[in-house]
Amino acid sequence: MGEKGFKVMTQNSIQSNESGGYLTSRLNDMIGWARKYSIFQYPFVTACCGMEYMSTACSHYDVDRFGAGLPRFSPRQSDVLFVVGTISHKMAPVLKQIYDQMADPKWVVAFGVCTCTGGFYDNYATVQGIDTVIPVDVYIPGCPPRPENVLDGLMKLQEKIQGQKQEV
Amino acid sequence: MGNLHIQLKERFPDAVLETHAHKGDETALVKRESLLAIAQLLKTDPLFDMNVLMDLAGVDGLDLKWKPRFQVVYHFYSLALNHRLRLKVAVEEKDAVVPTLTGLWPSANWFEREVWDMFGIRFEGHPDPRRILMYEQFQGHALRKDYPWNKRQPLIQAKAVTSDQ
Repeated sequence: MGEKGFKVMTQNSIQSNESGGYLTSRLNDMIGWARKYSIFQYPFVTACCGMEYMSTACSHYDVDRFGAGLPRFSPRQSDVLFVVGTISHKMAPVLKQIYDQMADPKWVVAFGVCTCTGGFYDNYATVQGIDTVIPVDVYIPGCPPRPENVLDGLMKLQEKIQGQKQEV
Repeated sequence: MGNLHIQLKERFPDAVLETHAHKGDETALVKRESLLAIAQLLKTDPLFDMNVLMDLAGVDGLDLKWKPRFQVVYHFYSLALNHRLRLKVAVEEKDAVVPTLTGLWPSANWFEREVWDMFGIRFEGHPDPRRILMYEQFQGHALRKDYPWNKRQPLIQAKAVTSDQ
């Protein structure tokens, strides 16, 4: 897990002299490394995918191993918006508002096919993919996705966070 | 049990247009003008004693070439006597109005809002005649058979696709 983060650390040189050791790194990589292992998520759970989210979050799969173990139930305290479950057109303005309330830097994960494309709800009531409403960083397909799949998506998000330019 | 529709026909010979019974499921098609009076009787008469309105639904008979096009179906149940009766009211498309039953059964409130939302049948005298499932700006009524199943009318306009996302 987190090869890139470890690489960042191992690539950096650990210097030592008689008075003690110190570490050199690039600020961008360091901030990325810190951010990707301290993801505070906001679970926007509307449907059955929520069960799979809970399974991922609890001890069997233990999302805390990836530094994402603390769901915040206020968008103002969270970094990653997990959109878990079908979004209807009636719900879409609420989702938009939650997204707008989050402070930068922020990321969005579309959890399950309903959030990715609308899934099999090809009808008058359902938003055909939340990326028509808010920007999305990682899509996790599946109906619902298995926890392994979710963790894979989370690691992809971590790679993305590590690799991007860090706005401070 | 089993003769509620006959009793109803005897009480309202003119207003009950058709009756039907099959294995204990009894149905009466009634005139819209008499719906309130019949509902009042169903609720208060000890013979019927229908203290529960279990469900209320709209039906669009467009594909079946119904005349008139719509029906509103009421499902009544008596807890004390353990019997059921369905009432059906035919509704014209041009004059899609039915008197509300919210004064007799409060459970009619949301059911009637749903039928209004999905079929566009208005309930005269309803205390809160808003849509219940769709948003207020929604155009049309989604469960009408002539509403295109794949029609989209998003509440939020799709955002422009940008290169950095």
